[in-house]
Amino acid sequence: MNIPIYLDYHSTTPVDPRVLEAMLPTFSRDFGNAASKSHAYGWRAEEAVEAARADVARLIGASPKEIVWTSGATESDNLAIKGAAQFYQEKGKHLVTCKTEHKAVLDSMHALERQGFEVTFLAVEKDGRVDPARVAAALRKDTILVSLMHANNETGVLHPIEEIGRITRQAGVLFHCDAVQSIGKVPFDVERMNADFVSVSAHKMYGPKGVGALYVRRKPRVRLVAQMDGGGHERGFRSGTLNVSGIVGMGKAAQLALAERDAEAVRVHALREKLRLGLLAELDLISLNGSLEHRLPGNLNVSFAYVEGEALMMAIKDVAVSSGSACTSASLEPSYVLRAMGISEDLAHSSIRFGLGRFTTQEEVEFVTRLVVDKVKKLRDMSPLYEMVKEGVDLSRIEWANPH
Amino acid sequence: MAYSEKLIDHYENPRNVGSLDKNDPEVGTGLVGAPACGDVMKLQIRVNDAGVIQDAKFKTFGCGSAIASSSLVTEWVKGKTVDEALTIKNTDVANELNLPPVKIHCSVLAEDAIRAAIADYQKKRGLTPAAEPETVQGDRAELLEKGILKSGL
Repeated sequence: MNIPIYLDYHSTTPVDPRVLEAMLPTFSRDFGNAASKSHAYGWRAEEAVEAARADVARLIGASPKEIVWTSGATESDNLAIKGAAQFYQEKGKHLVTCKTEHKAVLDSMHALERQGFEVTFLAVEKDGRVDPARVAAALRKDTILVSLMHANNETGVLHPIEEIGRITRQAGVLFHCDAVQSIGKVPFDVERMNADFVSVSAHKMYGPKGVGALYVRRKPRVRLVAQMDGGGHERGFRSGTLNVSGIVGMGKAAQLALAERDAEAVRVHALREKLRLGLLAELDLISLNGSLEHRLPGNLNVSFAYVEGEALMMAIKDVAVSSGSACTSASLEPSYVLRAMGISEDLAHSSIRFGLGRFTTQEEVEFVTRLVVDKVKKLRDMSPLYEMVKEGVDLSRIEWANPH
Repeated sequence: MAYSEKLIDHYENPRNVGSLDKNDPEVGTGLVGAPACGDVMKLQIRVNDAGVIQDAKFKTFGCGSAIASSSLVTEWVKGKTVDEALTIKNTDVANELNLPPVKIHCSVLAEDAIRAAIADYQKKRGLTPAAEPETVQGDRAELLEKGILKSGL
């Protein structure tokens, strides 16, 4: 076992050794610029980029011509949202998203608000999912774009994207889906989802960091205003010399994901359930955050009541996880995703996100289960709140002074 | 976040974890903070007739800094008189543990826990509290009944 055990696969994933192997020649023999049309170095690089484009397209049921390379998901989100808003602003200035989106989406929306666009931030249900009826109700005559993620990065909760895609398509509104967390983990098909823009990231699916893609639909054709001006690469959607090494890695990662995704999902799900049931068997007062049914196979987001998340992370320092606790952020506010789901501040402070993935083993899960159970018990022995609850005090009835 | 060795030592080997009998007339209990903020400290002291703090125990819900701050102040107050204990300032705690700026509130809470415990003890003894804590939560009938919070706290 490698200590610390890595259970933070939503944050990033290790590069698969097969991906690394595919990338290596691009740093030596095949170093060419894919935009060089006059010699073999350029041609070889272009060939590699186009093969990777086909691999990424195949993974999401798209045509290679619909794939635009970017530097990663944040750029893809910015390009889709700001690019579409700027292109279609004559048609309307209203956009719809939801409160639990990634900051790359939320802050792009806020930037548009400052430019005079109007944005509806939908609430989510207790299970973390957005109700398609709410999406339908939010659409107006001047709505141009709906942006909703497929899987949430904190809870792994999957939105009913197919239903939402049907609604937006029927209404003639563009649909952007940030599918960074789900692609390569669960099936994603641009036709079935009726998506017009899809953000993809390489490093969430065992590829390298610093490279991503944006799917841009061609039939019916959707348009964007480029956010990066320059040499007109990527059919004018995104100028800048292509990151050939990263792109080759992303292509290989997509190839592997397509071949292994379904079997991997079964294996990772079994490990996740082993962890979840192992914790439940030994600990009282723990709660799952978000839907169990509609969730990524490798995600477990749980709150250990009366134990503070950062303290627990320090106690289990042999495990790399993350927490919704305010103490792990500079802002001192607990997770906005959990808060939007109606989870109380104290339980948000007590949350831990476990992310399992391709290289997680049974042995690791057993080790982590034992360690977490031990440390939660130890911290609860130290917790005045747990003591009060055990003595029968109803904490919700206490008037705590000086909140914050 | 990078923490000092002292802080990590107090977190990993906390001193004086536990509870004293809150109904003992020699025991003062301070309970400060709020769960919604992610920090609640309970500090208890046992004071002898000479006004010397003979024992101190804590329980804390909070991050590593909060636990370490509570652990540290239990060590500091032991053997001090009540008046001496009241001179402990949050800046002393923050400096000793080298708390990062976003964790300063943990030391503020620790200072307040000392004041709250002493105020509780003094009220029990029919004395006027020397200092009123700032962040103690208002209690409810149930808490009083259970004896976790004392009258006046």
